[in-house]
Amino acid sequence: MTLIDHLPVLAVIVPLLAAPLCVLIDRARPAWLIALAASWLSFGAAILLLLQVTQSGTISYHLGGWPPPWGIEYRIDLLSAYVLLIVTAIAAVVMVFAWHSVESEIPSERIARFYAALLLAFAGLAGITTTGDAFNVFVFLEISSLASYAIISMGRDRRALNAAFQYLMMGTIGATFILIGIGFLYMMTGTLNMQDLAALLPEVSDTRTVRAGFAFLTVGIGLKLALFPLHLWLPNAYAYAPSTVTAFLAATATKVAVYALLRVLLDVFGVEFSLQAMPLNLILMVLGLVGIVSASLVAVFQDDIKRMLAYSSVAQIGYMVLGIGLANTTGVTAAILHVFNHALMKGALFLALGAIAYRLGTATLRDFAGLGRRMPWTMAAIVIGGLSLIGVPPTAGFISKWYLVLGTLEQGLWPVTLLVLFGSLLALIYVWKLVEAAYFKPAPANAPAVAEAPLSMLIPVWLLVGANVYFGIHTDISVGVASQAATQLMGAGG
Amino acid sequence: MRDLFGVVILFSIYSFMTAALFMDLDAVDVAFTEAAVGAGVTTVLMLSCLRLTGRWERRPKHSPLLPLIVVATTGTALVYGTLDAPLLGDPNAPAHQHVAPRYIEQGPIEVGMPNMVTAVLASYRGYDTFGETVVIFTAGIAVLLLLGIQEGPHTRPGRTAIGDQIVLRVVVKLLIPLILLYGLYVQFHGDFGAGGGFQAGVIFATGFILYDLVFGEGDARLVVPPDWLPRLGALGVLIYGGVGLYSLFAGKPFLDYSALAHDPVHGQHLGVMLVEIGVGITVFSIILAIFYALAGRARRA
Amino acid sequence: MNELPGLYNDWVAIFLMMAGFYVVISQGNLVKKLVGLALFQTSVFILYISLGKVAGGHAPIYDPAIAIYSNPLPHVLILTAIVVGVATTAVGLALVVRIHEAYGSVEEDDIQAADEAESTASSSEASAEEDAKQ
Repeated sequence: MTLIDHLPVLAVIVPLLAAPLCVLIDRARPAWLIALAASWLSFGAAILLLLQVTQSGTISYHLGGWPPPWGIEYRIDLLSAYVLLIVTAIAAVVMVFAWHSVESEIPSERIARFYAALLLAFAGLAGITTTGDAFNVFVFLEISSLASYAIISMGRDRRALNAAFQYLMMGTIGATFILIGIGFLYMMTGTLNMQDLAALLPEVSDTRTVRAGFAFLTVGIGLKLALFPLHLWLPNAYAYAPSTVTAFLAATATKVAVYALLRVLLDVFGVEFSLQAMPLNLILMVLGLVGIVSASLVAVFQDDIKRMLAYSSVAQIGYMVLGIGLANTTGVTAAILHVFNHALMKGALFLALGAIAYRLGTATLRDFAGLGRRMPWTMAAIVIGGLSLIGVPPTAGFISKWYLVLGTLEQGLWPVTLLVLFGSLLALIYVWKLVEAAYFKPAPANAPAVAEAPLSMLIPVWLLVGANVYFGIHTDISVGVASQAATQLMGAGG
Repeated sequence: MRDLFGVVILFSIYSFMTAALFMDLDAVDVAFTEAAVGAGVTTVLMLSCLRLTGRWERRPKHSPLLPLIVVATTGTALVYGTLDAPLLGDPNAPAHQHVAPRYIEQGPIEVGMPNMVTAVLASYRGYDTFGETVVIFTAGIAVLLLLGIQEGPHTRPGRTAIGDQIVLRVVVKLLIPLILLYGLYVQFHGDFGAGGGFQAGVIFATGFILYDLVFGEGDARLVVPPDWLPRLGALGVLIYGGVGLYSLFAGKPFLDYSALAHDPVHGQHLGVMLVEIGVGITVFSIILAIFYALAGRARRA
Repeated sequence: MNELPGLYNDWVAIFLMMAGFYVVISQGNLVKKLVGLALFQTSVFILYISLGKVAGGHAPIYDPAIAIYSNPLPHVLILTAIVVGVATTAVGLALVVRIHEAYGSVEEDDIQAADEAESTASSSEASAEEDAKQ
């Protein structure tokens, strides 16, 4: 085997082993360099993997040399390569941004360990997307979760501590539910490998045990996903975490949970069981819609911009879940596409907020007054990110909304289409509040002099903003892979 | 119960009973771990926390209705799920038919060690165990990020009140070498009997914690300075990962121990031993670090 | 009714699980919540280990004299899960200690009240400033 054959595992273990290196060295600057190098290497591996998968199909990698189902398998198909690419890309960009931001928000003697925890959170998420083993998902989920609790609690506000604790409670309940679900499936099939499960489940799918396992897995992932009404941990966690952490987690953690939901529902259980035999399509659709409308409404009334965008994230998760609930290929394509596009827009927005917090210390609506002139580049990035959030062409956000609307029309669900558009209207309102404050309100007289954010922050922000525009115009990569992955998923189940 | 001390002790007892139940269900390795971790380490950590946050709980004002409904629904779903489940001990249950037979029949031959749990843990599903080691390491980093850890003292500090009790001191002095020796035995005997790196690490850490509790803060810290502990933990993870990388560069999949020696079974042996050492080091140092972090906070407060 | 003895183990585990779960979501004291969480997780372990038991089986350590062994795989999974459990508890306890230092309490009600007071304070401050401008 050459190094190319090891790419699936390298994408995960490079950041995973970089974390102990950071701890071993325990100095801020080298730790950052290690984290930066590790995340870019992992990103490179993800690009190569996606190329490899599109050319020669699904890759299976046998860890420890034991064939599945006895050993643990890493299995990269289009969907996992696509999501892995998003996660690693965001990690790579965020790491560039991190240096100044982290230096200003984290006590200097803890920076090295902070990067170690950030890398572990990243590696955990990457591990979930690549693995083909149900129990291995649980293990990597816990790696990323424990690291997330720690890095969220590093926020300067004491409320970060409480937010992290709430997240720990909800997250652990979710993980335990997932563990129960896996237990039930193992009870009935004797295997933990996902492909093997998919092959064996149809025989026993008519048992109460499998149905209960299905329910526990779905609820458990729903907790991690912050699916309405299980989202209560998310707004505070995102609002009070350090800027870098918010940007990273908002753009990746919930996306990986969506991936896990797709994988379990459509691949392991299959479309027929998940969305037709069980009434889950209806449940997902209703929860998605309620999530979109209620979270967007709450977002409109927030003064703290990080909280506003956090509620907006809950709403965006609603769009993705709605797409899955539509149970047709266009809907699933929209969901996968929105995972990609939402990572780009929220990454850009939260990073830009991080740049503002770096200069101003906070980011409330009050601080935004007159900011359009004082930090023009950062504000321009927020405006474009906001447009993408609303779904205005030619941004990436438009494309995923377009497919979602198509999906609803395909099912003939007019009211749903209207609600999706209403959600966009609400997004327009809260984004407008930002724009109004930044461009149409004068800076308060006693405002401190503010300079534009440093280049090491502006470049990552604009990379993501550029990606928002690029993938709004050139859709063949993002849409192409997403629709192929959706076809693969829908085909696998029936 | 409003007394949290009582709550924690009851939990500890519950954990011990669970361990006994696991013994009865043939899960000796799990029983061992549950006793050491659930009843031992968890209890010590919870008590250290109580020392800081207070022993008494206030009467809550919540209405218990909503939680009751949630719990009842979940419980019903679980019972519903068990209705089609195989019965306890049924040898024809699917779980015993599909994957497990190979572990039982081939495990002792392919991996070359009698303890099948160790074989599955460290070889067949060695990557999970690598993940598990990283979980512990992550927890250590998380606790240190939250609480920090105090530098080791440079001089011998004074005795604590509990250290004045002569019987206790003598007994503990006698016990500690035995505990450490037993830890080593468990570390290297995991191939044959119950035990392995994880349990050994816990036992080793317990020895230090006991010394620390009885003889006061300083002495144990002179032996292993607290600021080394996270590094030691990192080293353990790197040993495990290093074995994996070695097989990767030898042209075999990550963590394929047959790359370690000419004879595959011999390689398995060597690999399992090395990764168990990695696990042991990480678990020992991280658990001790977490304890020091919690206890160190106590002194400052 | 001959199902009853065979499933009774699972049901005991479920009862314990739900006891833990109830403590987690109903209690206001953060330490107690963590104890409940640990109880919840430990009971799930019982469920797993029960499913690994084979009647007449022995502990899965190879011995030429023994023919039937219990299933080793659930044991391995639970070993990992125990580690995850203690790791979670440790992080939770560290958070509780910090919360106690920051808020002076480990009761959920107090902390929520303090948080709400803080957010209303900052927003009323904001509106006061707006008023001053006009």
